[in-house]
Amino acid sequence: QTELLDLSTVDVILISNYHCMMALPYITEYTGFTGTVYATEPTVQIGRLLMEELVNSIERVPKAQSASMWKNKEVQRLLPAPLKDAVEVSMWRKCYTMPEVNAALSKIQLVGYSQKIELFGAVQVTPLSSGYALGSSNWIIQSHYEKVSYVSGSSLLTTHPQPMDQASLKNSDVLILTGLTQIPTANPDGMVGEFCSNLAMTVRNGGNVLVPCYPSGVIYDLLECLYQYIDSAGLSNVPFYFISPVANSSLEFSQIFAEWLCHNKQTKVYLPEPPFPHAELIQTNKLKHYPSIHGDFSNDFKQPCVVFTGHPSLRFGDVVHFMELWGKSSLNTVIFTEPDFSYLDALAPYQPLAMKCVYCPIDTRLNFIQVSKLLKEVQPLHVVCPEQYTQPPPTQSHRTDLMVDCQPPAMSYRRAEVLTLPYKRRYEKIEIMPDLADSLVPLEIKPGISLATVSAVLHTKDNKHVLQLPPKPPQPPASKKRKRVSDDVPECKALKPLLSGSIPVDQFVQTLEKHGFSDVKVEDTAKGHIVLLQEAETLIQLEEDSTHIICDNDEPLRVKLRDLVLKFLQKF
Amino acid sequence: FPAFSLCAGAGQDVGRSCILVSIAGKNVMLDCGMHMGYNDDRRFPDFSYITQNGRLTDFLDCVIISHFHLDHCGALPYFSEMVGYDGPIYMTHPTKAICPILLEDYRKITVDKKGETNFFTSQMIKDCMKKVVAVHLHQTVQVDEELEIKAYYAGHVLGAAMFQIKVGCESVVYTGDYNMTPDRHLGAAWIDKCRPDLLISESTYATTIRDSKRCRERDFLKKVHETVERGGKVLIPVFALGRAQELCILLETFWERMNLKAPIYFSTGLTEKANHYYKLFITWTNQKIRKTFVQRNMFEFKHIKAFDRAFADNPGPMVVFATPGMLHAGQSLQIFRKWAGNEKNMVIMPGYCVQGTVGHKILSGQRKLEMEGRQILEVKMQVEYMSFSAHADAKGIMQLIRQAEPRNVLLVHGEAKKMEFLKQKIEQEFHVSCYMPANGETTTIFTNPSIPVDISLGLLKREAAIGPVPDAKKPKLMHGTLLMKDNSFRLVSPEQALKELGLAEHQLRFTCRVHIQDPRKEHETVLRVYNHLKGVLKDYSVQHLPDGSITVESILIQATAHSEDQGTKVLLVSWTYQDEELGSYLTSLLKKGLPQSTS
Repeated sequence: QTELLDLSTVDVILISNYHCMMALPYITEYTGFTGTVYATEPTVQIGRLLMEELVNSIERVPKAQSASMWKNKEVQRLLPAPLKDAVEVSMWRKCYTMPEVNAALSKIQLVGYSQKIELFGAVQVTPLSSGYALGSSNWIIQSHYEKVSYVSGSSLLTTHPQPMDQASLKNSDVLILTGLTQIPTANPDGMVGEFCSNLAMTVRNGGNVLVPCYPSGVIYDLLECLYQYIDSAGLSNVPFYFISPVANSSLEFSQIFAEWLCHNKQTKVYLPEPPFPHAELIQTNKLKHYPSIHGDFSNDFKQPCVVFTGHPSLRFGDVVHFMELWGKSSLNTVIFTEPDFSYLDALAPYQPLAMKCVYCPIDTRLNFIQVSKLLKEVQPLHVVCPEQYTQPPPTQSHRTDLMVDCQPPAMSYRRAEVLTLPYKRRYEKIEIMPDLADSLVPLEIKPGISLATVSAVLHTKDNKHVLQLPPKPPQPPASKKRKRVSDDVPECKALKPLLSGSIPVDQFVQTLEKHGFSDVKVEDTAKGHIVLLQEAETLIQLEEDSTHIICDNDEPLRVKLRDLVLKFLQKF
Repeated sequence: FPAFSLCAGAGQDVGRSCILVSIAGKNVMLDCGMHMGYNDDRRFPDFSYITQNGRLTDFLDCVIISHFHLDHCGALPYFSEMVGYDGPIYMTHPTKAICPILLEDYRKITVDKKGETNFFTSQMIKDCMKKVVAVHLHQTVQVDEELEIKAYYAGHVLGAAMFQIKVGCESVVYTGDYNMTPDRHLGAAWIDKCRPDLLISESTYATTIRDSKRCRERDFLKKVHETVERGGKVLIPVFALGRAQELCILLETFWERMNLKAPIYFSTGLTEKANHYYKLFITWTNQKIRKTFVQRNMFEFKHIKAFDRAFADNPGPMVVFATPGMLHAGQSLQIFRKWAGNEKNMVIMPGYCVQGTVGHKILSGQRKLEMEGRQILEVKMQVEYMSFSAHADAKGIMQLIRQAEPRNVLLVHGEAKKMEFLKQKIEQEFHVSCYMPANGETTTIFTNPSIPVDISLGLLKREAAIGPVPDAKKPKLMHGTLLMKDNSFRLVSPEQALKELGLAEHQLRFTCRVHIQDPRKEHETVLRVYNHLKGVLKDYSVQHLPDGSITVESILIQATAHSEDQGTKVLLVSWTYQDEELGSYLTSLLKKGLPQSTS
């Protein structure tokens, strides 16, 4: 949905993880976007693989014609559900192509965790490990005084990525929380156990196992579990196939991102050994990978076997062939592990189906218990999250534990809603140049508090402010004859400082006398005193917070009196 | 705020890098190298320079290791475990992985083969590595509240990094060893325009401007090829990691292209492992290798096989890569002794050799070497030197200075004469001060930092809004009050300062009686005054109010008749201290009377 926002006015896009960048070519290639995209290296590399697989799967089944008449509102109305109810179909687009993917990815600026990136001198953004996937990040957006954390797709579980950096999220004014688990009721560890036992059971009975999955992410963990499990379960002779146009790249790339992995895997690299055990599975021929079902795979294919392939929606990719091949037999099992799609919807077109279906969604992202733990730890002033996280899921309205619970209550936002974040900017950083700093005269006003008045030239460049000594006024050449006063209109309104303090009348009178005023007379008034200088016909009203000098137009006298008064006052 | 640096080991000498930097009260030790040319106390830096009394852990805030070469990390276990240091040690992931292996190798050669005692043990290496914190490139590591460090890619060897050390607005960049031209396996060093107060740069090749890499490579291949063709043996002493991989890639592709059959060997142990590191840390290599690694991993060699000691006596041509690179011990020295007598053979030194090593001796033309046990070895084989070690040359050093724009440059890790030449060049071209301290010498550099304070947004916006036309380029005058309280500096508007201190404003007002000779009626006089002021003060807001008074900005002028003299009018001009200048100007203007009216 792009009409809400003119994307050509967007300066920066921050990418959280490789699942969150699948629409990037649509923005960078079609909207006039000219800003910068920031992402970590694994995010870009694996994101490229996911896009490549998607493009490959779509392009493999070319359509001679593509129908678009049905997008017409009048026609759409007549279509059967769910097509009838689909929203914004006019916005639906064709899949991008590989050149567009490459162009989009070439616009990404690579960043590392905890790297501080200056944006326009105004704010600093920093990616932090979010613990969810290789290179996945949370982002801190901060100025000198305000800090906004964007927490999206984070995990506190120990899987292969570097653990989540929680400490750096502390002291946030606002924490934007999104990308929580899709399946808050399922425990990922339990699901992995179920996955393994179902897999083993099916294979032992002579059936095949189909695992629809993405080519990167949870599959690394599943392969690692199977690596530990297959020997004890007597599955050593069962072939595992990983079929994807990017299968090889995905397995290879996983081994070279040592710096983005959890501690245990890093230690392995130091030995030096490959961090993931699937290297050994490949070496011992237990795991084989193929770009597609055509070619080598058809020669090597042996049953019973286990196949990992995409796409998890079951709508395209090689998984479709296996559904059709194995769907008729109750010996076979399809195991759903990706949480992004409803397995019932995914299976609908294949019904009736004899094959067993097991639903083991593995979603390592934060659940609501972990969220409250995290918020207690991090203590943001305000939490902002999507509306659906602030109420229990519609199907389980009694589960009040399945919502974000924090104090003060989270601010929620809806699709296409603009939210004003609850903080007010009060201060900015400014630099005082050394020569100006030297010229300042601090004055201790109260114990421990000093002040100095600053009159300086403000320079602002790239949102950085600098104060410099004001230039010295050009000295008028002495030889020139005195200008007429009327030519000498004061040029800028050189502001005088504010004054504070009070004038003790006795001391003031003493001072006056010391300076040669002999006829000083003092009268008391309701609010203070009036000091009279009879000869000069001058009157000085002294009150607690004001002084009023009334005199004839005698400038030297007035200036003399002014300076005497100022001696008693502090300048601000 | 002086930021000074002390060289404990790396002054005008290539050998052991160890530099102490004190910046804004923080003490950071850069590298902890050993000298390959010495076997005695001079091997390690003299840490008593750092602090005479007191523990190193208390004095140093952190230690940074730039890369895994022993002249940069060889003394680390000695320093941390034998002298005693428990603080953090920072290095990149590949350095952390490879460093302990080289240290262990070095320990084995020194202790097990030469039988030296009083040296660090395997356990000490392990304990030392436990104190290491691995850093990512460009990651800002907060060592403590004030001190932060950041690593930049340096080329040179796998995992080599330059480090920026920053405290407040003062910063130092330490390059370690770096390479400004990409080679067959690594990329070029890069740094952003971070404008450090001080750039500490190595200067191994301070005067060399090397010919193109391609020429050198062709030369190298030609020499190897010729020797092999005439049945000779080629010895290439290398360090297990770094040049070795680059030259292997070079020979591998050459052998493939020319379909050569002579065997190439790589001395075993370290090197196989080394290639493994390159595979796993492929993200640290150059773009080309990174791009193609899925299809073809450049570090899986077809033509290069593992070496066995017995092969050295085999007849016929062969090429052998053997460690260590300076021919000071180990396998390379053994092979050298076997082959040195035959003029058909060739030794190619692809890198710098430290004084005192066999490598340095033969490179300087010595042909009769005294070996252990008073033996004299006559060198008849051809000796070739090819500068393949990946240091920046003079051009590269200048290029880095252009990139980083430092305010001062300090040269280390080079030879005094060459450094002097480069120093002059730098001072000429960049007009920055350049230093080259000797070992144990301290250089102090004064910085003049501006002072960051907090400014209230209200004041900033108000000042930005003043002025008839907002002109971004024109400097604006600003007035504020700087509040200093417990080391916090805030610049606020005078009103806010008063309010925060709980003080009331004291208003100082002046009222001046100005006598004007004018027989007309009061309101006519006022009108004349008004017209006069309006004419003179074109840039000011001059208003004639309904109650008969005039305002100029916030200055009030009222007229009354003189009580005694009807021909004289008294103008009361009233202003506050804040309008002092304008008020004073007005009174003097009016004192001169009104212009003769022409109407």
